[in-house]
Amino acid sequence: MDDLLWIFISTLLVNNFVLAYFLGLCPFLGVSGQLETSFRLGLATTFVLVITALCAWILNTYVLIYAPYLRLISFIVVIASTVQFIEMSIKKLSPSLFKSLGIFLPLITTNCAILGLAIFATNRGYGLVEGLTFALGAGAGFTLAMVLMAGIREETEINDVPALIRGTAFNLIIAGILSMAFMGFAGLFSST
Amino acid sequence: MATDSSAYEEMIKGLWRDNPVFVQVLGMCPMLAVTNSAINAVVMGLATFFVLVGSSFLVSSFKQWIPKQVRISLYIIIIATFVTVVDYSLLALLPAIHKELGAFIPLIVANCMILGRQEAFASKHNVKYAVMDAVGMSGGFMIALFALGSVREILGVGAFFGIDLFGTNFESWVIMILPPGGFLTLGLLLLFFNWFTERRREFLLKVAESDRMAYVDGDK
Repeated sequence: MDDLLWIFISTLLVNNFVLAYFLGLCPFLGVSGQLETSFRLGLATTFVLVITALCAWILNTYVLIYAPYLRLISFIVVIASTVQFIEMSIKKLSPSLFKSLGIFLPLITTNCAILGLAIFATNRGYGLVEGLTFALGAGAGFTLAMVLMAGIREETEINDVPALIRGTAFNLIIAGILSMAFMGFAGLFSST
Repeated sequence: MATDSSAYEEMIKGLWRDNPVFVQVLGMCPMLAVTNSAINAVVMGLATFFVLVGSSFLVSSFKQWIPKQVRISLYIIIIATFVTVVDYSLLALLPAIHKELGAFIPLIVANCMILGRQEAFASKHNVKYAVMDAVGMSGGFMIALFALGSVREILGVGAFFGIDLFGTNFESWVIMILPPGGFLTLGLLLLFFNWFTERRREFLLKVAESDRMAYVDGDK
């Protein structure tokens, strides 16, 4: 149990996917303009991450032991098609959920955090429960980073920032400062 | 390389004017994650070069047989094949660097720049232009990686390609090789790029203005 908690907290704070591993930067820099949207995108990403962890575990255990060189190709194909399948079923079963998550799902599949999660989980040899915890932690960390970023960006909208620095350069510098703040969590576990 | 000017033009545009990182802001993840030293940046740049040129070549050669509905999945499978080749070759040739780059070599697949070039360029042009465009784009990507990697290594370790630059009295800025350094350096590089582009535009405007004045003066 301690082990699982450790995996969760360390992916949430210490090794935050966005701020320490640079995964999922495209939505982090692109879609973080509004708090509301960022939060929903974060939830949708968490959902896809959990599905990914499940798919990766099934592939690793039953298929890829026979053909390890197909890992990358099969991860991408299986994850993309599973997400598409789930998207269609959500659309059929619960239109309101689809409205809040659905538009993001196809975009998220090509997000590097998704593939990164599958590869990291494989490299570390996580089992099913550990993989799912890892995915939840990564998703929560992504949501946290998105929400923080969106909050800061909404505040800076009304400030007087020179025109030259506005846009990506500004967002990257904000992200750098956020990332520095998250480095403070590195001392959270003395055993690491 | 190319004799006619338009193919050459396709190549040159990726290096500066349409630079994938500085102008289009694509391919951020590998960009920031592996640039804590110049040598990692160069290896990553070469790997991306190989994948982008290879997949642009294949996509543009097969473009009339690729059905429109499944094109994206096919592009991804083609890219993933090349990335697998790179991954295993690096493991065999440069095991130390492969270990350092770790999961970020497979993650080249998710580099949106590569997929973007297939969709926006290689699927619409013939093989020669597609390859030239891929060479230019990955060249531009490599320039950006190299710039970021050099700055971070020089400030963060006080070395360049592992060669010590400042002697023992240099207090290295450890933050530069840690994640925040990546964000800050890229932010400042982008700022510099914006400033430079703006200055250049103003300069060109001024030149055009003085040309016009000279013309008007001569007319009198």
